[in-house]
Amino acid sequence: MRVMAQMGMVMNLDKCIGCHTCSVTCKQAWTNRAGVEYVWFNNVETRPGQGYPRRYEDQEKWKGGWELNKRGRLKLKAGGRVKKLFGLFANPIQPELKDYYEPWTYDYKTLVDAPLGDDFPVARPKSLITGKDTKITWSANWDDDLGGTEEMGHLDPIVEKVRRESEDKIKFEFEQTFMFYLPRICEHCLNPSCMASCPSGAIYKRVEDGIVLVDQDQCRGWRQCMTGCPYKKIYFNHKTGKAEKCTFCYPRIEVGLPTVCSETCVGRLRYLGLFLYDADAVTAAASVTDPQHLYQAQMDVLLDPNDPAVIKAAREQGIQEDWIDAAQKSPVYALTKVYKLALPLHPEYRTMPMVWYIPPLSPVVDLLREQGHDAEDSDVLFGAIDALRIPVEYLAELFTAGDTELVTEVLRKLAAMRAYMRGISLGNDPDESIPASVGMDGETMYEMYRLMAIAKYEERYVIPKAHAEQAHDLEEMGCSLDFDGGPGMGAMGDSPFGEASGRPTPVAVETFNALRDRQTSDSVAGADTLRGRVNLLNWDGNGAPAGLFPQHHPTEPPREGDREDALEGGGGS
Amino acid sequence: MDIFLWGVLPYIMVVILVGGSIWRYKYDQFGWTTRSSQLYESKLLRIGSPIFHFGLLAVIAGHFFGLVIPKSWTEAVGMSESLYHFNALFVGSIAGVGTLGGIIILIVRRRKTGPVFMATTKNDKLMYVVLVAAIVFGLWTTLASVFFDEHGVTYRETVSPWFRSLFIFQPDIASMAAAPFSFHIHTLVGMALFMIWPFTRLVHAFTAPLHYLFRPYIVYRTRDKGASVANRHGWSDVGTHDRDTQHR
Repeated sequence: MRVMAQMGMVMNLDKCIGCHTCSVTCKQAWTNRAGVEYVWFNNVETRPGQGYPRRYEDQEKWKGGWELNKRGRLKLKAGGRVKKLFGLFANPIQPELKDYYEPWTYDYKTLVDAPLGDDFPVARPKSLITGKDTKITWSANWDDDLGGTEEMGHLDPIVEKVRRESEDKIKFEFEQTFMFYLPRICEHCLNPSCMASCPSGAIYKRVEDGIVLVDQDQCRGWRQCMTGCPYKKIYFNHKTGKAEKCTFCYPRIEVGLPTVCSETCVGRLRYLGLFLYDADAVTAAASVTDPQHLYQAQMDVLLDPNDPAVIKAAREQGIQEDWIDAAQKSPVYALTKVYKLALPLHPEYRTMPMVWYIPPLSPVVDLLREQGHDAEDSDVLFGAIDALRIPVEYLAELFTAGDTELVTEVLRKLAAMRAYMRGISLGNDPDESIPASVGMDGETMYEMYRLMAIAKYEERYVIPKAHAEQAHDLEEMGCSLDFDGGPGMGAMGDSPFGEASGRPTPVAVETFNALRDRQTSDSVAGADTLRGRVNLLNWDGNGAPAGLFPQHHPTEPPREGDREDALEGGGGS
Repeated sequence: MDIFLWGVLPYIMVVILVGGSIWRYKYDQFGWTTRSSQLYESKLLRIGSPIFHFGLLAVIAGHFFGLVIPKSWTEAVGMSESLYHFNALFVGSIAGVGTLGGIIILIVRRRKTGPVFMATTKNDKLMYVVLVAAIVFGLWTTLASVFFDEHGVTYRETVSPWFRSLFIFQPDIASMAAAPFSFHIHTLVGMALFMIWPFTRLVHAFTAPLHYLFRPYIVYRTRDKGASVANRHGWSDVGTHDRDTQHR
């Protein structure tokens, strides 16, 4: 057993209102640059729908993920190593910009600069790729809220599959039955096929927290990862010629903060925490023959952080106490393994995804309510879950490789929780038969309700900081705001011996001061606070502040000895 | 003049090629990429690019065969002059025409597809001129030796010995100077290509990912290595060692 830690996420789809705040804040944080205009590390798609990029789930076309070869061993669906190398010169199956969308902006300047005339000036859409006028025909969420409508519904690969299998028995009832939102980020898989596809070996998984990253220096732009990832969550920066992907906001995670998408989520539907898993068991688990057994295999790879044997093995692997502690308190572990509510997205891709989803009960509830039933009654709900084949089959194609029983089980638990808690809220005695009907006791169900419904920030995000003994490697850790010249110190004067004396100012403090300076003065940013240097993080692009380029020194620089004397004020060393 | 062209320039070329590549590898890892434009346009690329690249690999193999392996060796294994001749012309022409055809497709694509043309830098344009010139003059030497030159293939007695002599630092300038004019031009353009090589996108060839065949599929890395805020080359920590120790 080789215990490793993995940061994971669970999203409760019932709570997603499709507001796209996660997408927008993620874009602002990570992809508001030239070359990645079309890139959304986090996107929210309406299901049923095609998704982004269009029909990415159609693996017969895109060949993402793994499959088993004749001997039952894992093989990249797009082909082995030699075949990949032969595809270097032109990737035979690579999404093009039109599969995502052509990014655009508007010619806002015309609105301001247009000469006086009879016509209203119009801000024409301009392509961000060619700079020319363009016609907007698609975007990352063009079919937002159009889930399952006549024009779009049949384009969803999963709808196609479910319909084929139900032999058109039920025609197109999706538009009446359900629609829900699916926020997607990189899955930070245990068995990532993007990584396996990368000829340069530039994609790697961090040993400490399992976050999957692209080394921007090592990436050579061979583009095989785009094909390899079945979720199409690796993007090509067409300006730099390098692959980019969701980083799980690792700079935030390292200091114990949740990812931007989680932090800004209006519905508070995201949970972050640690999994402990057995790294040696991953390949075997991903090679299970029956795709419907992959869910269980993936669950078995996750280890119980309260098991003394696991704790012992984790310590032997150098996992710190605070991390083990965090793993024990992990909300994502509770939702996946204890309550067995969260399911992986498309386990049949065999990548062992680590972003999990609690399937939505709301389509069922909404329908019942519209039909005039009591949507909070457990019997009515249970009956409806069994009767409404289409939502269940659709959800099963998404989360369990088509195993409807598993999805039904989860939905029944959610329904039971609803009914059980309604009883309590109405002041009745808890009806213990409801939790019992889904194999739980009342206390566990109440705990589950707490985590699902009213968990606070610290309970939803249990993120251990990067190891304390590595603090000196992480610049910002342990940085107090009471630092000399920091925000806590009131006025910030120059140090007595000039800019270079004393300990270097932490970047966060310097940025704070520079930002304040920039916001409160009308001169070029950074002129005073930085004392002749330039903080490029804060430079607003106006002019060339002093210090942007090195000064030319006609005289000889001061000798080393002089400086030491000044520092020490003549004292002994 | 001959001394400079065939005795000095090759060494300058090597210094620039090797030195430039090392310099770029050290300081511009981020810029070291294919700068693929497949995201913009795929159809033509999927025809042109493989033809060009595979043709080029064959051309490189042909150059190795013709330049490095001495005439006496092929004769020793019983390869007749005419067989060699036929082989070189036949295979060489196919490879050369393929390479040229491929790059013509790619250049037409580059010019005609709006986004691809937008993404073309001046550096790229210069590189294409030199690259196409090298290919065209190379084909010319092959064709010229068939149709206009009655002596048949002469480069094995002129260019090849000179090429080999470069490696022992005793350049055989006289034999190169005796080679036909078409070979002179091709060689000079070739050297120009190698001199701009490290400073163009062509560097991607030096990192052809052959190690992919041998590496494990799943790559683990600890945060300390590379992933964290390690200091860049040529950068040093703010502060000095003595100051850190004194304040403790």
